[in-house]
Amino acid sequence: MSNDKIIKMSSKQLNFFYGSFHALHDISLEMYKNQVTALIGPSGCGKSTFLRCLNRMNDLIPISRVEGQILLDNDDIYEPRVDVVLLRRRIGMVFQKPNPFPKTIFENVAYGMRVNGIKDKAVISNRVESSLKQSALWDEVKDRLHDTALGLSGGQQQRLCIARALAVDPEVLLMDEPASALDPIATQKIEELIRQLKESFTIVIVTHNMQQAARVSDMTAFFYMGKLIEFNQTDTLFTRPELKQTEDYITGRFG
Amino acid sequence: MNNSNASNGDSKQEDSHSTKAIPDYKVERLDFPDNQVKKMVQSVVFGIFRFSATLNGFALLIVVYFMVSNGLSAITWEFLTQPPTDAMTKGGILPCIVGTFCLSLGAILIAFPIGVASAIYLNEYARPGRTIRIIRLGINNLAGVPSVVFGLFGLAFFVVWMKMGVSILAGALTLAAMSLPVIIGSTEEALRAVPDTYREASLGIGATKWQTIYRVVLPAALPGILTGGILGISRAAGETAPIMFTAAVFYTPYLPSSPFDEIMALPYHIYVLATAGTEIEATRHLQYGTAIVLIALVLGMNLAAIIYRAKLRKKMS
Repeated sequence: MSNDKIIKMSSKQLNFFYGSFHALHDISLEMYKNQVTALIGPSGCGKSTFLRCLNRMNDLIPISRVEGQILLDNDDIYEPRVDVVLLRRRIGMVFQKPNPFPKTIFENVAYGMRVNGIKDKAVISNRVESSLKQSALWDEVKDRLHDTALGLSGGQQQRLCIARALAVDPEVLLMDEPASALDPIATQKIEELIRQLKESFTIVIVTHNMQQAARVSDMTAFFYMGKLIEFNQTDTLFTRPELKQTEDYITGRFG
Repeated sequence: MNNSNASNGDSKQEDSHSTKAIPDYKVERLDFPDNQVKKMVQSVVFGIFRFSATLNGFALLIVVYFMVSNGLSAITWEFLTQPPTDAMTKGGILPCIVGTFCLSLGAILIAFPIGVASAIYLNEYARPGRTIRIIRLGINNLAGVPSVVFGLFGLAFFVVWMKMGVSILAGALTLAAMSLPVIIGSTEEALRAVPDTYREASLGIGATKWQTIYRVVLPAALPGILTGGILGISRAAGETAPIMFTAAVFYTPYLPSSPFDEIMALPYHIYVLATAGTEIEATRHLQYGTAIVLIALVLGMNLAAIIYRAKLRKKMS
């Protein structure tokens, strides 16, 4: 079964330090193409830190240090010759709190194309439309593309942020608790969207919500205290966890 | 199945455990004191706050009233459009208005770009360290330097050493140096107020740091930056000491035709009329009239910037 899966990204013996704090210990994990990989675990377990290593967002923290490898299509993204700006175009990110720019809906989605040098107006407006359709927002905003994005509801803002990420042709989509600030109905929409998007993208999602992990992901990785405790197919991990620690967490006995 | 059975058993045990715990201690009802005292303290405290705020409003009102009642009679069309005559006891203050306007404009044109650029460097690019701490220390201390010291610095550095002479340029540069800390400080504050999530979103999509600053951070911070500019220029426009050695002269009937001309300026004109004029008492109304014009000029510049800022804010939200 796992033989026909293509590995899109993988980490090899990844260690991460905030100053002297050892935040991630020897994480080795594969993320398969066109699959959703969920990272679960209690707060402070390192799952978000790991996610932010995948697009080198942690580079922004001055005192941080990375050891080990993260491969994207077999190339180490931490090699010195890697262009971080280009890397982040290939690996899109959706954040915990919806963070549209204080610009119009159209300009939010067009932003990624503009900063990456696409000037053709027809190309941009076609892509804005298709990205908004992909993120299931088009019908709600097509008549007010030039209104400010800050007037949208939280759920709409988050789908706008997904559209913004999709507009630059990423290969991988990282989602850091994308529904944690949303109500149940908006959450349901985001989850449906994730299931559709995996047809075209490789998705890695951090979530606090175990039902969500069970609902949307194909693979689940359980992190605890900066270590990868267990990694398996989602249905296996949730029904027959190998380790007691995993079982305790997913049955809600701690965390 | 086994799992769920086990966990049910566990929760039952916990339940019985917690019901057992209840009789072990008794909660006594608290005897709360009267609410009146609390309310009285609150109204007294708020009263003090309200009084302080009102006092501020009154202070401005009194200043304005004092000036208007003493100086309004001086304000005529001639006063605003003619140079002084009869040893500055008659005529108008046109050269002073033009001079102050030129100085303010020059100072803002010099200080605003430098100040904003410095703030961007300090807040967005520089990695914290010794150099940055020293630069910050310098800026903070610059803010505390008395304005007359700036005047002497301008005289020594711009007028004499750089051979600019007493001129608009030397005065504008001196005023710019004086308003830099205000502009840098408020720009940094405005940049810090831009949520990091904007920066992350922009960088996360493949924008460079500069694109992020130029396209996202600066537009979001612009209203706050403008506030800094307004504050800086307001302070500079009303200063006497920095320009008395560098730009302003006692009297000149001519309007400036180049940045190297010396000029008259409103605050210095007030100072001259009130302390060194030929008829100090007889020109009181002229002094107050000049003060009204100075305040109106500063308020006018502020108002223009505030309206522009409000427009920007409206566009964004």
